[in-house]
Amino acid sequence: MRTTPLTSAQFALTAASVSVAILPHLLRLPWLFAVPIGLLVIGRSVQRRYRAAPIPGWLRLPLILLFPALIVFHYGNLFGREPGSVLACAMLALKLAETETRRDAHAAIAFAGFVLMSALLFADSLGVSLLLLAALSLLLAALRELEVPGTSRPPLVALREDLRAGAFALFAAVPLGLIAFVFLPRLGSPLWGAPTDATAHTGLGDRMAPGTLQELLIDDSPAFRVRFDDPAPPRNDLYWRGPVLWYFDGSAWSRPEFFGSSRAEDELRTAGRAIGYEITLEPSDRRWLLALDMPLAAPDNAVRGADMSLVSRTPVANLLRYRLRSAPRYQLETTLDPVHRRFALELPPGFDPRARALAARWRRDLGNDEAIIRAALALFHDRFFYTLNAPLLGRDSVDDFLFETRRGFCEHFASAFTFLMRAAGIPARVVTGYQGGYYNEVGDYWIVRQSDAHAWSEVWLAGRGWVRVDPTAAVSPQRVELGARAAAGDSARWYQADWLQTLRNEFDLVNRYWNDAVVQFNALRQRSLLTPFGIDKAEDSELFAVLMVLSSLVLALALWWVIRAERPDGDALDAAYARLCAKLARAGMARDPAEGPRRLAARVAARWPDQRELQRLLAVYVRLRYACALPSTTAVRAFARAVAALRLRRSPGVVRPIG
Amino acid sequence: MNRLAAATRWSRLLEFAERRLPALTRLKRAESLPIRLDRHRIYVLPTRFGALFSLVLAVMLLGALNYNNNPALLLTCLLGAASYQSVFQAFRTLNRLELHAIRTEPCHAGEPLRVALHFRTDARPRRSLCLRVDAVEIRFDLPAAGEGCVHLTLDAPQRGWRRLGRLRLSSTYPFGLFEVWSWLHPDVAALVYPRLEPQAPPLPLDPAEAQWQTARGSGDELAVLREYRPTDPLRTIAWKASARHDTLLVKEFERRRGRDVVLDFGALHGLDREARLSRLARWVFLAEAAQVRYALVLPDQRLGPGLGAEHRHACLRALALQPGGAP
Repeated sequence: MRTTPLTSAQFALTAASVSVAILPHLLRLPWLFAVPIGLLVIGRSVQRRYRAAPIPGWLRLPLILLFPALIVFHYGNLFGREPGSVLACAMLALKLAETETRRDAHAAIAFAGFVLMSALLFADSLGVSLLLLAALSLLLAALRELEVPGTSRPPLVALREDLRAGAFALFAAVPLGLIAFVFLPRLGSPLWGAPTDATAHTGLGDRMAPGTLQELLIDDSPAFRVRFDDPAPPRNDLYWRGPVLWYFDGSAWSRPEFFGSSRAEDELRTAGRAIGYEITLEPSDRRWLLALDMPLAAPDNAVRGADMSLVSRTPVANLLRYRLRSAPRYQLETTLDPVHRRFALELPPGFDPRARALAARWRRDLGNDEAIIRAALALFHDRFFYTLNAPLLGRDSVDDFLFETRRGFCEHFASAFTFLMRAAGIPARVVTGYQGGYYNEVGDYWIVRQSDAHAWSEVWLAGRGWVRVDPTAAVSPQRVELGARAAAGDSARWYQADWLQTLRNEFDLVNRYWNDAVVQFNALRQRSLLTPFGIDKAEDSELFAVLMVLSSLVLALALWWVIRAERPDGDALDAAYARLCAKLARAGMARDPAEGPRRLAARVAARWPDQRELQRLLAVYVRLRYACALPSTTAVRAFARAVAALRLRRSPGVVRPIG
Repeated sequence: MNRLAAATRWSRLLEFAERRLPALTRLKRAESLPIRLDRHRIYVLPTRFGALFSLVLAVMLLGALNYNNNPALLLTCLLGAASYQSVFQAFRTLNRLELHAIRTEPCHAGEPLRVALHFRTDARPRRSLCLRVDAVEIRFDLPAAGEGCVHLTLDAPQRGWRRLGRLRLSSTYPFGLFEVWSWLHPDVAALVYPRLEPQAPPLPLDPAEAQWQTARGSGDELAVLREYRPTDPLRTIAWKASARHDTLLVKEFERRRGRDVVLDFGALHGLDREARLSRLARWVFLAEAAQVRYALVLPDQRLGPGLGAEHRHACLRALALQPGGAP
């Protein structure tokens, strides 16, 4: 049986299972692997249509050796999340190439389940999970087809039956599966090394070179979600602070290492009410935490730098949720640290002479800092355009931008403005982060996408400390009012139509619930599950006990469903008679299968002559069953009640009614 | 010697187990039909694939826990629960299944024995059932609320009663992760006639009788009057006799081709018992083919003379049940 060759339907479903398992990986893998693996699966499926034989060994063996070699060549080793997944996909495809028997198909499908699940290590959004759920039911359908060779049924009917059975099995598994998910104790620390290899997460970096933000501005994936305790501040106050960049090398802004350390807290003086909010940060594999200007303190496991940027102690590999309080009105560092002043005025020598000259002229003509800032903003406002399609800049990037192209977006404006300020002797720095967001009314939260990435400047003014200046707002106020793409206007593609964007933003609510309920369900929340029952911090053993009890309950329920008494054949009268016979059997007088009621009555009379009630009941049954065409309901009920009331004792010879 | 002692001890242990725990052993006594499967006699164990699958599930679970990946954990839990709960579906595949009749056709030893088993189900169709008797395995489905007939072909090496023995009814439905099975031991035996001698000498007819038979040709003689059946031709009706009685009577003719053949066990010298029985069986076969009345003389009984299916069966049965056959 195990070596029976597969029917074409069985093979087709097995191949489909393997394909859906590989597909999520294939979209992600480099073409070096994606192309051969895809070709192998497709080629094998086509080949099997013509000939029910495995792909010959002389073709398979080189492939088995080739794939690991390629992986080692490309990644440097075979282990780890990324190379491991490639290897698993390749081996699964090769398994399909030799799958001819039921046993092979079983192995292939079990392995496909593993490969499918590993796809979630790379993307765990709701959409991917739902797709995987569908894929799981396909796997179960394939397993069923292996049990029920559909030769006797039309293929489509068989397929529908299989798919329905698979979906039903998953549906029926929901209670038990959820219980296991909620109460299965989580690992306190990973058993083996947590993933370190960088994945393709986009996000803010600690470096701003021309074009880095441009990638983000066309990326619509969520960066983080925010829920405010009170009504949100106005949209143009929503500056989400990320890495602060101090160092300019002529083309790129970056952040010196040592600014990661924290400093005295009393540099920040706040005025007005603080805003409380909660941020759910998408994994970025970087250490930046976003905060509304200006955060009052760092969340757990993170530090606040001297420039008020928040840095997590570990890279954000999973969805991270933290609470913060921020002050929208503040005074920061009213007396400037000399070291900071030096860094905030430093410019690379030998770059951008015309911008330096312009700044020197402003300093000479205008003298005061505020006037210089106004002059720079006025310059941007009058002569510059906001566009996402900025022309390329040469070696003297600031000069080129200021005097030649005059087209760009936040990155260019922030960079040029900060350069001008420093050249004019005003301490300045670039702040990167996000600006704005989309308010989801149904879910009452804000979603901030990567495309909301932004860069602005901060200048230090005597007596006022660091002051935020957004030069982009001077050029294109809509950027701050509406968002980057709306401001750019011209670059919208067909799939970025407004109504589609709105729909997507509204739909993001579902994602948020998914994140809340599933992705964010960590050990901490699990421990507090039993709080309503008086256990504040549930131990693993307690969780395990609850898991056992609840799953036993579910299984007991399922067991009852399976072995529940079947409706007896026949009508109520027969049922009552069957009960009577069962009572007799317990009393030691089983009815022979071929024995009629009168013979039974005779036997009973011979053994228990004084048992009048029993005699009467048997006589009543004979009368009701055989002496009338349709016994009246009341008579049958009376008979059933009398049977129920009858008590027989096992003791031999002495059987008397009780009660 | 040592092995023999161990085997004896083992069989004694099994006997003890059967006595004490009849439901747990498959050494159940034969039982009368119909046999209805219920939870007292259905067993479940994971298959080898089920074990492999749970290993894969365990690896997936560890991975999901290790990487703290909740969606993966959720799907693993769902898949695990789905595969675990398939044990109930597997159980329901056998539960309340009824074997209600078994029909066998008599056969000669050495020929295949055909057995038809009639199963009955309730409202649910049953899929992917597997019936094993001895080394014969057959897979079948049963429709909902219906009867299904399973035809088996068994070997019958020895004449006499051939007991069907224990049947193993199993299923790995729905996903092949669990196998449910039950043992059926119906109290049914099939009659196996003696082997037909392949190259038997012709029937022991006297040569003179044979000539007489040909001379007489197709001469018919009146044998008996019997009641009219609707299919009888009109010319066979005995009108005078019918008038005397109140019902229509029909003249029944019997073709007689000579005197009866006597097939005598004792007359076959120089052969052992099985060879004699084999030859007699072949002669019965030949006599039936030639439409010659025959009588069978055995050491313990005498049958016939007669002719026809019933007589033939009686003779073959007597031959089959001669001492020395299958118990």
